[in-house]
Amino acid sequence: MIVPFGHVLILAGAVFLIGAVCTMAHRNLIMILVGVEIMLNAAGLAFVAGSLHWWRLDGQAFVIFIMAAAASEVAVGLALFVYSERRTGSMDADDYDVLKG
Amino acid sequence: MSGFNPYSVIFYGLGLIVLASSLLAVTRRNPVHAVMYLIASFLGTAAIFYLLGAPLLAALEAILYAGAFMVLFLFIIMTVKPEAEGKRGRARARRWLLPAALAGVSLFLVLILVGADPGGRTLLPAAMAQPAAFGRVLFERYWFSIEVASFLLFVALVGALYLGRRMEDPTEPTVGGER
Repeated sequence: MIVPFGHVLILAGAVFLIGAVCTMAHRNLIMILVGVEIMLNAAGLAFVAGSLHWWRLDGQAFVIFIMAAAASEVAVGLALFVYSERRTGSMDADDYDVLKG
Repeated sequence: MSGFNPYSVIFYGLGLIVLASSLLAVTRRNPVHAVMYLIASFLGTAAIFYLLGAPLLAALEAILYAGAFMVLFLFIIMTVKPEAEGKRGRARARRWLLPAALAGVSLFLVLILVGADPGGRTLLPAAMAQPAAFGRVLFERYWFSIEVASFLLFVALVGALYLGRRMEDPTEPTVGGER
Protein backbone atom coordinates (compact mmCIF):
# COMPACT_ATOMS: atom_id res chain seq x y z
CA MET A 1 0.00 0.00 0.00
CA ILE A 2 1.57 3.27 -1.01
CA VAL A 3 -0.86 6.08 -1.86
CA PRO A 4 -4.34 6.47 -3.35
CA PHE A 5 -4.42 6.47 -7.14
CA GLY A 6 -6.11 9.87 -7.14
CA HIS A 7 -3.23 11.56 -5.36
CA VAL A 8 -0.79 10.52 -8.08
CA LEU A 9 -3.22 11.81 -10.70
CA ILE A 10 -3.52 15.13 -8.89
CA LEU A 11 0.27 15.44 -8.72
CA ALA A 12 0.57 14.66 -12.43
CA GLY A 13 -2.17 17.17 -13.25
CA ALA A 14 -0.54 19.90 -11.18
CA VAL A 15 2.86 19.36 -12.81
CA PHE A 16 1.23 19.31 -16.25
CA LEU A 17 -0.49 22.63 -15.55
CA ILE A 18 2.80 24.16 -14.37
CA GLY A 19 4.30 23.18 -17.72
CA ALA A 20 1.29 24.59 -19.58
CA VAL A 21 1.61 27.94 -17.77
CA CYS A 22 5.31 27.99 -18.62
CA THR A 23 4.52 27.42 -22.29
CA MET A 24 1.85 30.12 -22.36
CA ALA A 25 3.51 32.83 -20.28
CA HIS A 26 7.11 32.85 -21.50
CA ARG A 27 8.38 34.52 -24.64
CA ASN A 28 11.80 32.93 -24.64
CA LEU A 29 11.76 29.95 -26.99
CA ILE A 30 13.97 27.89 -24.66
CA MET A 31 11.48 28.33 -21.82
CA ILE A 32 8.62 27.30 -24.12
CA LEU A 33 10.46 24.05 -24.88
CA VAL A 34 11.09 23.57 -21.15
CA GLY A 35 7.35 23.82 -20.56
CA VAL A 36 6.67 21.17 -23.19
CA GLU A 37 9.20 18.88 -21.49
CA ILE A 38 7.47 19.32 -18.13
CA MET A 39 4.11 18.47 -19.69
CA LEU A 40 5.43 15.29 -21.35
CA ASN A 41 7.01 14.25 -18.07
CA ALA A 42 3.72 14.69 -16.20
CA ALA A 43 1.91 12.59 -18.80
CA GLY A 44 4.45 9.83 -18.23
CA LEU A 45 3.84 9.99 -14.50
CA ALA A 46 0.09 9.50 -15.02
CA PHE A 47 0.76 6.54 -17.33
CA VAL A 48 2.99 4.81 -14.76
CA ALA A 49 0.39 5.30 -12.04
CA GLY A 50 -2.31 3.83 -14.29
CA SER A 51 -0.07 0.90 -15.10
CA LEU A 52 0.18 0.11 -11.39
CA HIS A 53 -3.51 0.70 -10.77
CA TRP A 54 -4.80 -1.64 -13.46
CA TRP A 55 -1.92 -4.06 -12.98
CA ARG A 56 -0.88 -4.05 -16.63
CA LEU A 57 2.43 -3.18 -18.20
CA ASP A 58 0.92 -1.36 -21.20
CA GLY A 59 1.08 1.96 -19.35
CA GLN A 60 4.79 1.60 -18.84
CA ALA A 61 5.22 0.68 -22.50
CA PHE A 62 3.56 3.95 -23.48
CA VAL A 63 6.05 5.90 -21.39
CA ILE A 64 8.76 4.52 -23.67
CA PHE A 65 6.94 6.02 -26.67
CA ILE A 66 6.45 9.31 -24.82
CA MET A 67 10.21 9.39 -24.26
CA ALA A 68 10.83 8.75 -27.97
CA ALA A 69 8.46 11.59 -28.87
CA ALA A 70 10.15 13.86 -26.33
CA ALA A 71 13.58 13.04 -27.74
CA SER A 72 12.50 13.95 -31.29
CA GLU A 73 10.76 17.06 -30.00
CA VAL A 74 13.89 18.25 -28.22
CA ALA A 75 16.13 17.56 -31.21
CA VAL A 76 13.93 19.26 -33.80
CA GLY A 77 12.83 22.04 -31.44
CA LEU A 78 16.34 23.03 -30.49
CA ALA A 79 17.48 22.83 -34.12
CA LEU A 80 14.61 25.13 -35.09
CA PHE A 81 15.59 27.43 -32.24
CA VAL A 82 19.19 27.67 -33.44
CA TYR A 83 17.97 28.25 -37.00
CA SER A 84 15.60 31.04 -35.95
CA GLU A 85 18.16 32.61 -33.65
CA ARG A 86 20.69 32.64 -36.49
CA ARG A 87 18.27 34.28 -38.89
CA THR A 88 16.71 36.88 -36.62
CA GLY A 89 19.31 37.28 -33.89
CA SER A 90 16.71 36.98 -31.18
CA MET A 91 15.53 34.37 -28.69
CA ASP A 92 12.14 36.02 -28.38
CA ALA A 93 9.18 34.29 -30.00
CA ASP A 94 7.57 37.67 -30.66
CA ASP A 95 10.43 38.64 -32.98
CA TYR A 96 9.74 35.81 -35.42
CA ASP A 97 7.53 37.90 -37.67
CA VAL A 98 9.28 37.49 -41.02
CA LEU A 99 6.03 36.67 -42.76
CA LYS A 100 4.42 39.87 -41.53
CA GLY A 101 5.62 41.79 -44.60
CA MET B 1 -5.01 5.15 5.26
CA SER B 2 -3.54 2.42 7.36
CA GLY B 3 -1.45 4.45 9.74
CA PHE B 4 2.16 5.33 9.24
CA ASN B 5 3.68 3.99 6.07
CA PRO B 6 7.23 4.88 5.03
CA TYR B 7 6.43 4.49 1.33
CA SER B 8 3.64 7.06 1.39
CA VAL B 9 5.83 9.50 3.34
CA ILE B 10 8.53 9.10 0.69
CA PHE B 11 5.98 9.59 -2.07
CA TYR B 12 4.57 12.82 -0.64
CA GLY B 13 8.07 14.15 -0.01
CA LEU B 14 9.09 13.42 -3.58
CA GLY B 15 5.87 14.94 -4.86
CA LEU B 16 6.59 18.13 -2.98
CA ILE B 17 10.13 18.21 -4.39
CA VAL B 18 8.84 17.73 -7.95
CA LEU B 19 6.17 20.41 -7.58
CA ALA B 20 8.50 22.94 -5.96
CA SER B 21 11.36 22.48 -8.40
CA SER B 22 8.98 22.65 -11.38
CA LEU B 23 7.50 25.87 -10.05
CA LEU B 24 10.96 27.34 -9.47
CA ALA B 25 12.07 26.27 -12.95
CA VAL B 26 9.05 27.90 -14.57
CA THR B 27 9.46 31.23 -12.79
CA ARG B 28 13.18 31.72 -13.49
CA ARG B 29 14.22 34.38 -15.96
CA ASN B 30 17.60 32.88 -16.69
CA PRO B 31 17.19 29.69 -18.78
CA VAL B 32 20.31 28.12 -17.21
CA HIS B 33 18.79 28.33 -13.73
CA ALA B 34 15.52 26.94 -15.08
CA VAL B 35 17.31 23.93 -16.56
CA MET B 36 19.11 23.30 -13.26
CA TYR B 37 15.83 23.23 -11.34
CA LEU B 38 14.36 21.05 -14.05
CA ILE B 39 17.09 18.45 -13.47
CA ALA B 40 15.97 18.23 -9.82
CA SER B 41 12.38 17.87 -10.95
CA PHE B 42 13.22 15.05 -13.36
CA LEU B 43 15.31 13.20 -10.78
CA GLY B 44 12.39 13.41 -8.36
CA THR B 45 10.09 12.02 -11.03
CA ALA B 46 12.55 9.19 -11.63
CA ALA B 47 12.40 8.31 -7.92
CA ILE B 48 8.60 8.34 -8.06
CA PHE B 49 8.75 5.99 -11.07
CA TYR B 50 10.89 3.63 -9.01
CA LEU B 51 8.46 3.87 -6.11
CA LEU B 52 5.55 3.04 -8.42
CA GLY B 53 7.23 -0.12 -9.64
CA ALA B 54 8.99 0.91 -12.84
CA PRO B 55 12.74 0.59 -12.25
CA LEU B 56 13.62 0.52 -15.96
CA LEU B 57 11.65 3.69 -16.64
CA ALA B 58 13.25 5.33 -13.59
CA ALA B 59 16.69 4.64 -15.04
CA LEU B 60 15.62 5.87 -18.48
CA GLU B 61 14.13 9.01 -16.96
CA ALA B 62 17.36 9.81 -15.14
CA ILE B 63 19.54 9.04 -18.17
CA LEU B 64 17.38 10.56 -20.91
CA TYR B 65 15.56 13.51 -19.33
CA ALA B 66 17.92 14.58 -16.56
CA GLY B 67 21.00 13.59 -18.51
CA ALA B 68 20.69 13.88 -22.28
CA PHE B 69 17.91 16.43 -22.80
CA MET B 70 19.05 18.87 -20.17
CA VAL B 71 22.67 18.73 -21.32
CA LEU B 72 21.41 19.44 -24.84
CA PHE B 73 19.46 22.42 -23.52
CA LEU B 74 22.55 23.73 -21.73
CA PHE B 75 24.66 23.33 -24.87
CA ILE B 76 22.17 25.28 -26.95
CA ILE B 77 21.72 28.00 -24.33
CA MET B 78 25.46 28.47 -24.11
CA THR B 79 26.07 28.53 -27.86
CA VAL B 80 23.68 31.43 -28.43
CA LYS B 81 24.08 34.86 -27.00
CA PRO B 82 22.68 34.97 -23.47
CA GLU B 83 19.85 37.43 -23.31
CA ALA B 84 17.92 38.11 -20.16
CA GLU B 85 14.21 37.91 -20.67
CA GLY B 86 11.94 40.71 -19.67
CA LYS B 87 13.84 43.76 -20.87
CA ARG B 88 10.64 44.92 -22.45
CA GLY B 89 8.56 43.05 -19.96
CA ARG B 90 6.54 45.94 -18.66
CA ALA B 91 3.41 43.81 -18.84
CA ARG B 92 5.07 40.87 -17.11
CA ALA B 93 2.48 40.48 -14.39
CA ARG B 94 -0.35 40.70 -16.89
CA ARG B 95 1.36 38.13 -19.10
CA TRP B 96 1.34 35.63 -16.23
CA LEU B 97 -2.13 36.40 -14.97
CA LEU B 98 -4.25 34.79 -17.68
CA PRO B 99 -2.31 31.49 -17.94
CA ALA B 100 -2.25 31.19 -14.13
CA ALA B 101 -6.01 31.78 -13.97
CA LEU B 102 -6.63 29.16 -16.66
CA ALA B 103 -4.39 26.68 -14.85
CA GLY B 104 -6.16 27.36 -11.57
CA VAL B 105 -9.55 26.62 -13.11
CA SER B 106 -8.16 23.45 -14.72
CA LEU B 107 -6.64 22.29 -11.44
CA PHE B 108 -9.96 22.87 -9.71
CA LEU B 109 -11.70 20.72 -12.34
CA VAL B 110 -9.05 18.00 -11.94
CA LEU B 111 -9.61 17.96 -8.20
CA ILE B 112 -13.38 17.67 -8.69
CA LEU B 113 -13.04 14.88 -11.26
CA VAL B 114 -10.57 12.86 -9.20
CA GLY B 115 -12.60 13.37 -6.05
CA ALA B 116 -15.80 12.19 -7.76
CA ASP B 117 -14.17 9.01 -9.06
CA PRO B 118 -14.35 6.16 -6.53
CA GLY B 119 -11.52 4.38 -8.37
CA GLY B 120 -9.22 7.21 -7.38
CA ARG B 121 -9.46 6.19 -3.73
CA THR B 122 -8.08 2.69 -4.21
CA LEU B 123 -4.66 2.32 -2.69
CA LEU B 124 -1.88 1.45 -5.08
CA PRO B 125 0.02 -1.68 -4.07
CA ALA B 126 3.76 -1.81 -3.70
CA ALA B 127 5.03 -3.71 -6.72
CA MET B 128 8.01 -3.95 -9.02
CA ALA B 129 7.90 -4.73 -12.73
CA GLN B 130 10.96 -6.76 -13.65
CA PRO B 131 12.75 -5.21 -16.63
CA ALA B 132 12.83 -8.59 -18.40
CA ALA B 133 9.05 -9.02 -18.13
CA PHE B 134 8.56 -5.43 -19.22
CA GLY B 135 10.77 -5.91 -22.26
CA ARG B 136 8.84 -9.05 -23.17
CA VAL B 137 5.54 -7.15 -23.12
CA LEU B 138 7.08 -4.28 -25.03
CA PHE B 139 8.49 -6.36 -27.86
CA GLU B 140 5.67 -8.90 -28.11
CA ARG B 141 2.71 -6.56 -28.04
CA TYR B 142 4.18 -3.31 -29.31
CA TRP B 143 6.87 -4.35 -31.78
CA PHE B 144 5.29 -2.32 -34.58
CA SER B 145 5.09 0.81 -32.43
CA ILE B 146 8.76 0.36 -31.56
CA GLU B 147 9.57 0.37 -35.27
CA VAL B 148 7.47 3.50 -35.78
CA ALA B 149 9.20 5.21 -32.82
CA SER B 150 12.63 4.35 -34.22
CA PHE B 151 11.60 5.77 -37.59
CA LEU B 152 10.37 8.92 -35.82
CA LEU B 153 13.76 9.31 -34.16
CA PHE B 154 15.47 8.85 -37.52
CA VAL B 155 13.29 11.53 -39.12
CA ALA B 156 14.03 13.84 -36.20
CA LEU B 157 17.76 13.26 -36.72
CA VAL B 158 17.49 14.11 -40.42
CA GLY B 159 15.39 17.18 -39.64
CA ALA B 160 17.82 18.46 -37.03
CA LEU B 161 20.75 17.94 -39.39
CA TYR B 162 18.94 19.78 -42.17
CA LEU B 163 17.97 22.73 -39.97
CA GLY B 164 21.39 22.97 -38.40
CA ARG B 165 23.36 23.08 -41.64
CA ARG B 166 25.51 26.09 -42.41
CA MET B 167 23.69 28.61 -44.55
CA GLU B 168 25.99 29.68 -47.37
CA ASP B 169 23.45 30.40 -50.04
CA PRO B 170 23.62 34.18 -50.60
CA THR B 171 20.26 34.25 -52.37
CA GLU B 172 18.49 33.16 -49.23
CA PRO B 173 16.75 36.13 -47.66
CA THR B 174 17.98 37.00 -44.19
CA VAL B 175 16.47 39.31 -41.67
CA GLY B 176 18.18 41.30 -38.99
CA GLY B 177 21.62 40.35 -37.76
CA GLU B 178 23.42 37.94 -40.07
CA ARG B 179 26.29 36.04 -38.56
